[in-house]
Amino acid sequence: MTILSFDWAFIIEKLIMIAIIVFASLGIALYTTFGERKVAAILQDRPGPSRAGPFGLLQPLADGLKLISKEEIIPTNANKWLFILGPGLAMTASLMTCAVIPWGTAIDIFGRHVELQIADVNIGILYVFAVVSMGVYGIMIGGWASNNKFSLMSALRAASQAISYELAMGLALIALLMTTGSLSLKTIVEQQVDGKWWNIVYQPLGFLLFFIAALAECNRTPFDLPEAENELNFGYHQEYSSMKLGFYLFAEYINMIMSSAIMASMYFGGYDLPFFNEASVAPNIAALIGVGTLLIKIVLFIFLFMWIRWTIPRFRYDQLMNLGWKTMIPLALFNLLLTGAVILAKL
Amino acid sequence: MQPLTNKAQAVNRAPMSFWERLYLINIIKGMFITFSHMFKKQPTIRYPEQKREFSPVFRGLHVLNRDEAGRERCTACGLCAVACPAEAITMEAAERANGEEHLYREEKYAAKYEINMLRCIFCGLCEEACPKDAIYLSETFAPANFNRKGFIYGKNDLLIPNPTTEAAAFAAAKGVEA
Repeated sequence: MTILSFDWAFIIEKLIMIAIIVFASLGIALYTTFGERKVAAILQDRPGPSRAGPFGLLQPLADGLKLISKEEIIPTNANKWLFILGPGLAMTASLMTCAVIPWGTAIDIFGRHVELQIADVNIGILYVFAVVSMGVYGIMIGGWASNNKFSLMSALRAASQAISYELAMGLALIALLMTTGSLSLKTIVEQQVDGKWWNIVYQPLGFLLFFIAALAECNRTPFDLPEAENELNFGYHQEYSSMKLGFYLFAEYINMIMSSAIMASMYFGGYDLPFFNEASVAPNIAALIGVGTLLIKIVLFIFLFMWIRWTIPRFRYDQLMNLGWKTMIPLALFNLLLTGAVILAKL
Repeated sequence: MQPLTNKAQAVNRAPMSFWERLYLINIIKGMFITFSHMFKKQPTIRYPEQKREFSPVFRGLHVLNRDEAGRERCTACGLCAVACPAEAITMEAAERANGEEHLYREEKYAAKYEINMLRCIFCGLCEEACPKDAIYLSETFAPANFNRKGFIYGKNDLLIPNPTTEAAAFAAAKGVEA
């Protein structure tokens, strides 16, 4: 089926994949908000939302309905276009990350060999970084366009925090890339499936730094300074209402899911189920098991994010900068040096 | 000053060691503390389905009592209204007519008896003041309402069900108090 020199079946296949992944991540994000409330409640000896539906399972739908039906307010002195653009940009940037994540091996369906990854680009990680650093534009533009001191302050914080921690994140990543020798996420995962150990074994310090930087990039506690309810009054989304606020909140949860997926892929073997021989079952079933494994790893990471949020208080701004510039970056450089030395010694 | 308890602890101002400055160990310790709370018993009472038990001396919503023949005990003497520090009680007396002996115990009764639950402080002084054992405070509390009028409880709301005609409702209203 090739018209106008396009393979249309291929395009349709990719469009269906994109639709599935986007809606799945939206659905998971919806239930992550529910999970957040439940985890918070259980860690604080409370039952949490339990009224809407069995075990409160319909709570996220009720929350979504509430957000949609709320009045839409755009402040008089706000820059209208940028005000609308902000949440859209935040959402787009967080959803775009999922394009390069390998969700599993390939499945054979309707006579087609479908790779469970939207695009296996050979610069996968660089693409993720490019998109993640775009994510901060959503916050900055939204905070600036609100024409509100607190929002602007929060936008400022978000930008400086993102820039500071992206450095450490990138440096931690370079050490990993030195061992893998590839920027493609698919290749990195395949190496871990075939190899003996997951990358976490080779890069424990790198993972720790990457994880801390990921917390900062997702604006999660203890790095939620841009939101800082008690000092900045909700920060960049203070002036937002209705679904625009919902987009910002959702974008945060989708960011969490995506960074969990990336960490699982890079350090924890992605869709690799340990002590399980994929060749012993049909390839389709093996692929589905792989997808399930990756999802379980993502859920565990999300739980870790929440667990940290409900344990640790927020950093002060100077502590945040000290940690980022004076601790994380030197440690990442040291890790880089160490990795390089080990690779040289092995040669 | 002499410490009042032996719980006072001197603040440790020694400079932090390398591991303490890393914070990671203490963070992990803290995370295990929060994790352990996942297995603790929740003290939550899921209100409309579960209700908290009150002690027998709990002073809740007022009840106007009847005697064993089902006659109202209140004689509208006004002692409760006088005793009430919040001035929440209003009443109007009326004389018992012929043929109403089965309704009211004495010759005088309260034609109107109102308690404003927004004023009431549930001190129980009305209960103490009553010479006829006509008013007492039960083990329930005034439920929420949408407007202020709803909090002015009249005789319909306060009177205990008649033990001769509605024995089951009377027993339920009496509850453990009996």
